[in-house]
Amino acid sequence: MKELLLNEIEEIEEEFLPDDIERKELDIPNISRRDVMKHFVRLSQRNYGVDTGFYPLGSCTMKYNPKLLERVASMEKINYTSPLQHPSTVQGNLEIMYRLEKALCAITGMDAFTLQPAAGAHGEFTGMLIAKAYFEWKKEKRENVIVPDSAHGTNPASARMAGFNVIEIPSKDGRVDMDALRSAVDEKTAAFMLTNPNTLGIFEKDILQISKIIKDAGALLYYDGANLNAIMGKARPGDMGFDIVHLNLHKTFATPHGGGGPGAGPVGVKEFLIPFLPVPRVMKNGDEYELDYGSKLSIGRVSRFFGNFGVLVKAYAYILMKGGNGLSEASSRAVLNSNYLMEKLRHIGYEVPYYGRRMHEFVLSLKNFKERGVRAIDVAKRLLDYGFHPPTVYFPLIVDEAFMIEPTEDESKQTLDAFAEAMEKIFHEDAELLKSAPHGEMGRVDEVKAARELKVTWKDLR
Amino acid sequence: MEVRENLLYTSSHEWVMKKNGMVRIGITDYAQDHLTDIVYVELPEINKVYKKGDVLATIESVKSVSEVYSPVTGKVVAVNEQLENDAGIINSSPYDDGWIAEMEIENEKELGELMNAEEYEKLISKDL
Repeated sequence: MKELLLNEIEEIEEEFLPDDIERKELDIPNISRRDVMKHFVRLSQRNYGVDTGFYPLGSCTMKYNPKLLERVASMEKINYTSPLQHPSTVQGNLEIMYRLEKALCAITGMDAFTLQPAAGAHGEFTGMLIAKAYFEWKKEKRENVIVPDSAHGTNPASARMAGFNVIEIPSKDGRVDMDALRSAVDEKTAAFMLTNPNTLGIFEKDILQISKIIKDAGALLYYDGANLNAIMGKARPGDMGFDIVHLNLHKTFATPHGGGGPGAGPVGVKEFLIPFLPVPRVMKNGDEYELDYGSKLSIGRVSRFFGNFGVLVKAYAYILMKGGNGLSEASSRAVLNSNYLMEKLRHIGYEVPYYGRRMHEFVLSLKNFKERGVRAIDVAKRLLDYGFHPPTVYFPLIVDEAFMIEPTEDESKQTLDAFAEAMEKIFHEDAELLKSAPHGEMGRVDEVKAARELKVTWKDLR
Repeated sequence: MEVRENLLYTSSHEWVMKKNGMVRIGITDYAQDHLTDIVYVELPEINKVYKKGDVLATIESVKSVSEVYSPVTGKVVAVNEQLENDAGIINSSPYDDGWIAEMEIENEKELGELMNAEEYEKLISKDL
């Protein structure tokens, strides 16, 4: 069998491969199959993920990924189809996309979605291209996009990549500074990008007023959906006045991420922007689903085929599994867990800047640790010793020594209490113990050296 | 945190040193401490004119990426190439070996808008 295959390969090589690009010896590791298996199984056992422990990584919504979703996505009827098939032979796949789009519209209050973008930032970039195409079509010269200083770094990056100038405005009391917004908005403003609740976990309660300021200036309001997990079934970005929305299906709709799988960042728009959405769009004509490439104003494709289809299937299964009430309940519990944990940590003595009720996540400032020479990174590393994945550190940038915690709805009270207990011990621990953490087998990884002296392949280590 | 007597400062934590009709620019000790370990610096372009408030350089630390804003309007005449090999010099010597650029200043009056050491010290003590 093996002989046969090698003969075939040689024949193909002789026929098609020019001699000068043929390599006689390949520089690849030579390790037995058994050793490779042992190596990777051991690595997988050392891994830490949402299935092994608490993962309160703020802004990332590391919620439980129901295993049912994997089963649905790996069903033969779905798994054994190809994006190159004729639409008439993949009606089921198209129906899933069509229905997912309708479900996302219902959840967000938008009029249509593209499912193509492969991740959140890709969704932002798509949204910004739509804004650009819209103003070009209107023949309006609008070159500025405004972002608050609490924004995810991807917001200004996406706007810039789409060709806009970025104007950053300061926050006030942890929310959008209305005066700063008013003075930044003018006839050159294309869009204002906002995350609501924002990255401090605070709901922007002036959102209707914000929306009016943006609309009055003829600009677009963009919703970064990173924090949708706080408000599902409670409030809809579309009703708040947002014109363009991106969602992170891998966060809010429970598909694996962070090494566990690709993402999906669908973009929703209000009716007047539908012509600018990427093509093809899945349309329903009678009982048939078809692909529509018709719109002349479309920004074109932003992904090969239909985006990360497997992720779309899982997210749709999650929405059906939860139902409207289930999604609303998920948001309630996410907010409850976050406030419960925040109060516990605050009681220990941790500082919560702009203290007040939070949505699904909250941000501590560990700046008081600095007097002892301890920084947020040291506390994060020490949490590893207690068996917890650390929260997000040093974001958002407006909080000094930020420590951003998002427990999600799926964690039990016992888990939250155990985490708080570890945080209480750490609060009283010796500075030297924290600064040298973690104390396990690995020790502290030298992040500075890793960044300054990149080793991108095992060959660099020989 | 060291604040040097003979320098001028901005509220975005750059320092400016007057040097025979030119200025030398860097970031303050307070700024480097906040950024933590610096791993990469994107230097300004030589001979390019930067306006006051323009992004002059970008500094990447293990913690975040931050921009250095031009404290004055002028043409960049020299950059500290040492930083390309070892950006950590800014951490170890923010006021001396860790300087970032030298500029020919267009309007001396702009220097009057900057803070002196005492004013800057006051600003950062509010922050702490």
